Amino acid sequence: MVSAENLISEAWKVLNTVEDPEIPVISVVELGIVRDVSEHNGELTVNITPTYSGCPATQVIEDMVVEALHNAKLAPFQVNTVLSPPWSTTFISAEGRRKLKEYGIAPPESESVDKKALMGEERQVTCPNCGSKNTLMVSQFGSTPCKSHFKCKDCLEPFDYFKCL
Amino acid sequence: MNHNNSLYQAVLHLGDNALILGHRLSEWCGHGPVLEQDIAMTNISLDLIGQARMYLDYAGRLSGENKNEDDLAYRRDVLDFKNFLITEIPNGDFADTIARQFFFDQWNVLYTAALMASTDETLSAIAQKAHKEVSYHQRWSSEWVVRLGDGTPESKEKMQRAIDDMWMFTGEMFTQTSEEKSLVTQAILPDAEALKATWLQTVSAIISDATLEMPTDDFMQSGGKEGVHTEYLGFILAEMQYLPRAYPDAQW
Repeated sequence: MVSAENLISEAWKVLNTVEDPEIPVISVVELGIVRDVSEHNGELTVNITPTYSGCPATQVIEDMVVEALHNAKLAPFQVNTVLSPPWSTTFISAEGRRKLKEYGIAPPESESVDKKALMGEERQVTCPNCGSKNTLMVSQFGSTPCKSHFKCKDCLEPFDYFKCL
Repeated sequence: MNHNNSLYQAVLHLGDNALILGHRLSEWCGHGPVLEQDIAMTNISLDLIGQARMYLDYAGRLSGENKNEDDLAYRRDVLDFKNFLITEIPNGDFADTIARQFFFDQWNVLYTAALMASTDETLSAIAQKAHKEVSYHQRWSSEWVVRLGDGTPESKEKMQRAIDDMWMFTGEMFTQTSEEKSLVTQAILPDAEALKATWLQTVSAIISDATLEMPTDDFMQSGGKEGVHTEYLGFILAEMQYLPRAYPDAQW
């Protein structure tokens, strides 16, 4: 019989290996999708939360979490979806932000930056390729529900910005 | 009508608004005026369909008949749908779509902000989630009203016509059935009538920024919440429900 603490830490280790299907460098833990893990009478409960309501990856992520826990022989377990408090980009860990940037996606900065960029007031989103702040929002809606489309005016590269929610 | 049934109808109404408008916007996929706006409209469509899933999943649990979100989306007919008429109006040209989205988004932002304070935990949680997304939609549609209104003579004329045409479908957003009023007194639903003043203020400020004229016509259409729809809803359902009705329980 494994102790509850061991079971829970084992589960976190497994969850850390589950990658976001659309951004395959960042784990669902770093993305803040896994809310918490608890144990009751030898059964694990994993609470996950959707990022954007319409994100098509949500179902895939849930299936991947179930599969990973199953393969690690951590059954019995249940995976629940919780809505409150709603996911926001502040749930992305510092390590997650670093990996996003390395992957070429500008990590979320702050909500006011998004609004200002839209109104064309200030250039504050940093280009993940060259580090310039001389960037321009092309569209607040990008290739997936969580991203906006930007362009760097110095290195001229287009890039995705993980928009604030 | 007992409490559960009035709550069921109210949640169904919120889910139907999101589902039908989400479906309408999805019709723009591959037809947007430019790629970025094609992507914007389909993104907003995805958000709305995601919100519809959350509302309809909850409605299914309230139905007392063990229904799920798919049963409610695909196995009801026109008279059972409770969406506002404005959500089923055809896309028309880009200005028509913007006018429809603008009026609805301004309502949705106010409504979800107020719904966060609902004493019903599930509705409050859905509203917290939806409100963040809807704020993006509202910024997008407001910006387009200004850009087209204060644009070329042609875009201005089209935007004004679209706003005038859509106007008669806005009144319904601030009406309440007697069942809804009883949920308002229990602080489960926000008071929609009380949102009207703020809505009018924001809408007229943006319309004025866009150098357009506020419509003055008082005649308003209604009926969506009671299941009395325009001829257009049947056509949407025919397309949307064809596959699950022809091949029940089909899986990808």
